[in-house]
Amino acid sequence: MKKLIILIGCMLFLSFTVSAQKFITKTGHIKFFSESPLEKIEAHNRQVNAALDVATGDFVFKVLLKSFEFEKALMQEHFNENYVESDKFPNATFMGKVINIKDVNIGKDGVYDVVVEGKLTIHGVTQQISQKGSFEVKQGKIAVKAKFSILLSDYGIKIPAAVANNISKSVETSIDANLDLFNQTSR
Amino acid sequence: MKNLLYSTIFIFLALFTGTANAQEDMMNLLNKQDKPAIDYTTATFKTTKVVVGESSENPPTGNMLFLITHHFGALNTGYENLFGLKQATIRLGLEYGVTDWLGFGVGLNTLQNTWDGFLKIKALRQSKGARRMPLTLTIFGSTAIYTTKWSDPSRKNYFTSRISYASQLIIARKFGERFSFQLAPTYVHVNLVATPDDHNNIFALGAGGRFKITQRVSINAEYYYLFPNQIKSTPAYSSFSAGIDIETGGHVFQIFLTNAMGENLETIITQTTGTWFNGNIFLGFNISRIFTIVKPKQFRKTE
Repeated sequence: MKKLIILIGCMLFLSFTVSAQKFITKTGHIKFFSESPLEKIEAHNRQVNAALDVATGDFVFKVLLKSFEFEKALMQEHFNENYVESDKFPNATFMGKVINIKDVNIGKDGVYDVVVEGKLTIHGVTQQISQKGSFEVKQGKIAVKAKFSILLSDYGIKIPAAVANNISKSVETSIDANLDLFNQTSR
Repeated sequence: MKNLLYSTIFIFLALFTGTANAQEDMMNLLNKQDKPAIDYTTATFKTTKVVVGESSENPPTGNMLFLITHHFGALNTGYENLFGLKQATIRLGLEYGVTDWLGFGVGLNTLQNTWDGFLKIKALRQSKGARRMPLTLTIFGSTAIYTTKWSDPSRKNYFTSRISYASQLIIARKFGERFSFQLAPTYVHVNLVATPDDHNNIFALGAGGRFKITQRVSINAEYYYLFPNQIKSTPAYSSFSAGIDIETGGHVFQIFLTNAMGENLETIITQTTGTWFNGNIFLGFNISRIFTIVKPKQFRKTE
């Protein structure tokens, strides 16, 4: 019996030390922006979930598409109904790795350039992507920043000819997420 | 024996943690911390009308809807009247979404110079996720006042004699992506009726549906069953309307055929004087345009 307790104790300790390297947020911010000759479209989502394991570099994102807020209610309705079809595909996800996680020193405040590679899934279509971004380490927290563009046709999002002048083919996406150390015991 | 049990447990746990994909694990962690949200059903109908009658929808919060309703004359009036093209009955309406559950509107009808004003309250909203609600329940209440010259000199012209009221429960559900349906028990009160045989309280039951054929086009149909023997001095029939909705950006166009000449609910229920079978059919269209009046908070500072 003692052995079992020790064993379980060890495993709990192990899992704790593993989780102690995880950083997490549920209030990340993603903004996207599309500018065309006729219309400027901007949307914000401030409920982005993200987790980063600084030991392995594993990095995941989960974005509820219905949480994007637009300036015009009608744009929001069209975004959900006609473009990303959020009833069918409620989330956009990213699963990948920070390939140069070794360069990031969590113990030392500073801005680190990172390269992230992995699978981005939007509208049920998965694409392998590689993007540059930055991690700003400050007092044990990590501010993740990245800016890149998403080509809508890569994800099977069709723009009808009638509104082709209103919506640009690619949207500028920027990510701004402050990750905190994930503390399992506090949950 | 005990040792065997321990080692089995150990191997099992080790295998389990070892084989599970670290990224999948982290995604599960995100799923766990994600609070389930209420997922409200949107766009049960594309605009505030099914065809001629009210739908369960209000304009979005902070948005104003300008709605032009236009019915030509009856098709059975023949070539001399260009099958009704020479006539028009028009309603100009403005509607506003105050919150996600409250809307109001006003309208001016060319039929008897009728002004109408209404409130529309979403008492229940269809949703899934953290709160499951199978239906949307909208309560509609309106008052209509006709303002043409008093036509009957033998009767005293009381202001109240010009007023009628309509109230309606709209029970709607969006069944999947393509199909929406609503039932609308309707009660109309007419302050002054033509003869003592006519009822002041009129009951009808509406049913309406929308079937989406493409992302932007749907077929809509609507039927208002007028319970019999309520209006006796004038012909009064149930109304049937069918048409298509075409959505283009900020506009929704609805083109339809109907046997209801009126454009506000009080008139649609009590003054539909012909049927489809005798050709008393009107070609009509609605054009709605939406304007954002109050932007969501985070957009107010920019610009």
